[in-house]
Amino acid sequence: MSSPAAKLRPKSAQRPGDRVFSASALTAGSLILAILAAVAGFLILEGIPGVLADPNDVSIFDDGVDFVSFVIPLIFGTLWAAALALVMAMPVALGIALFISHYAPRKLAAGLGYTIDLLAAVPSVVFGLWGANVLAPMIQPAYTWLAENLGFIPLFAGPASGTGRTILTAAIVLAVMVLPIITAISREVFLQTPRLYEEAALALGATRWEVIRTVVLPFGRPGVISGAMLGLGRALGETMAVAMVLSGSGIINFDLISSVNPTTIAANVALRFPEAYGINVNVLIATGLILFAITLVVNSIARYIVNRRKEFSGAN
Amino acid sequence: MSSATATSPVTNAFAASRLPRFSTLWILLASLAVSGVVVGLVTMAGDAEFNVGLAVFFGAVIFAVANYVISLLVEGSRRAADRLVTTLVVAAFTVAMIPLVSLVYTVVVMGSGRIDWDFFTLSMRNVLGEGGGAAHAIVGTLLMTGLATVISVPIGLLTSIYLVEYGRGRLAQAITFFVDVMTGIPSIVAGLFAFALFELILGPGTRVGLSGAIALTVLMLPVVVRSSEEILRLVPNELREASYALGVPKWLTILKVVIPTSIAGISTGVMLSIARVIGETAPLLIAAGFSNNFNYDLTEGRMQSLPVYVYYSYISQGTDFAPYIERAWAGALTLIAIVMILNLIARLVARIFAPKLGR
Repeated sequence: MSSPAAKLRPKSAQRPGDRVFSASALTAGSLILAILAAVAGFLILEGIPGVLADPNDVSIFDDGVDFVSFVIPLIFGTLWAAALALVMAMPVALGIALFISHYAPRKLAAGLGYTIDLLAAVPSVVFGLWGANVLAPMIQPAYTWLAENLGFIPLFAGPASGTGRTILTAAIVLAVMVLPIITAISREVFLQTPRLYEEAALALGATRWEVIRTVVLPFGRPGVISGAMLGLGRALGETMAVAMVLSGSGIINFDLISSVNPTTIAANVALRFPEAYGINVNVLIATGLILFAITLVVNSIARYIVNRRKEFSGAN
Repeated sequence: MSSATATSPVTNAFAASRLPRFSTLWILLASLAVSGVVVGLVTMAGDAEFNVGLAVFFGAVIFAVANYVISLLVEGSRRAADRLVTTLVVAAFTVAMIPLVSLVYTVVVMGSGRIDWDFFTLSMRNVLGEGGGAAHAIVGTLLMTGLATVISVPIGLLTSIYLVEYGRGRLAQAITFFVDVMTGIPSIVAGLFAFALFELILGPGTRVGLSGAIALTVLMLPVVVRSSEEILRLVPNELREASYALGVPKWLTILKVVIPTSIAGISTGVMLSIARVIGETAPLLIAAGFSNNFNYDLTEGRMQSLPVYVYYSYISQGTDFAPYIERAWAGALTLIAIVMILNLIARLVARIFAPKLGR
């Protein structure tokens, strides 16, 4: 608004207050960059000794395990749990977003959106408590049933866990936790669909589903994708829910319902860190660094997709 | 989309071959009834207890299929697909409500058992089995979250002012991008960072409240920056220009015009960011450790916090586990109550003090 005038206007006098204020604003902004650099720097500094350590000195390694073979099952578990959570959360989140943006009565929509946002406000430790004490025992009969009737599918090979505390239970809790993020962003883009396009589709005789399929979903696709990526980022880094629900070990196992489960980087750190000493600490910090790198990549891709659409600001 | 033209006396091509208005309701009731009878018979044969959840689930499946088939026969495939999707969308919403309702219900029922005077006044010092409280954890949470707020609000606010009022070009772009990146840092990584920082400065295994506060700051900063930035961008440019026209310097314009206009939104953002970090467990577990005692000193000794209290009550249950579980749920209830109250206040502030931008 002031850009054409700014070129003509003579430079205004710089007052001391101005200098102090703009300098402190600049410092604060740069401080953020410094903090992020410090996060990466200190993790690398403390993590490198863990990577280079002699496997015989590291007491959390089993016999014949070195850093790489220690961390690969953890990476697998992290990706596997997050992927399962995303697969479960995605359709439900899209359904909720459509429900709030296009199906619910207008007066109710805002309130319903707020109710879903409440899920995001619940602390993760409470989700963990709920998952381990309520969800796991509740869902255990279903696992027994799955093992008996669908046992021929490798995912449900069983034998079913007696406690219900399996990777699938953890993934369900994770799915509930990422639901609000994906819903919030999808809802936002669905609401931004140009009204005229929708009305044009309706005027051509489209049913509500056809309007959504032909107008709303294509328009909202980048937003939905980035929402899914942000949800994935959260699921990858989520600690307590997995640590409390799962009693995992460092193995690679695709069985969803047995009592032998892989664990995630974050949960492994949370469970082992309080008792860790010496070089073990550095090993765990190194795994944290890997987690940091994974989430960084996922989030950067999501942000890149969001930022390509300048008009879209509902990313948080 | 059940059309109102169905009652029209003239035969209307658009209203022809449509199901009557309340057909959906009747099909739903019929499906639930059928499913109830079937599940009842099966469970009676198997001597099991009648499972309401199972009956409702099968009822919903029968309804989706029946509604689709009936609509397909009467209205054609396009409307049938529309009805099927409507069913699925409503089902998705209902499914998402189940964990929320179940969680809130369980936390309130299980947690209210230990919500008493002792819980808010006693620590866990020398407590084995029953009794004890979470006062030390609440103190720790307040101290660490408070310090994190004191650090991150000025830095975050100044950064957002830089981005909105001063920042142009490369640096501003970089800050915007890296703030976004920071939003995605896993909380446990923030904890590991704070731990690594203090280990290098103060020696191995240092766990102090200050370290926890630093971890929370890393998580809180990007939230404060993003929310204040968004609010500051909402301040109309006319206000700034009017102030400049009166000869007010830029820094005074920001202090006396821009910030007072957006103070409601800023405080809402700050409260929501507090609500976000006050429930963080993993970073405090790593950085601040665990303690059974009161600790008012952020620079000395481990410090307990409410989320870590809940976690430890759950994972290290004694031989007589009931009191531990009770304390865990009570802690969870306290935590949820704090977060919800913060959220409510934030929304109230936003609503009451919202600047009146309209003419």
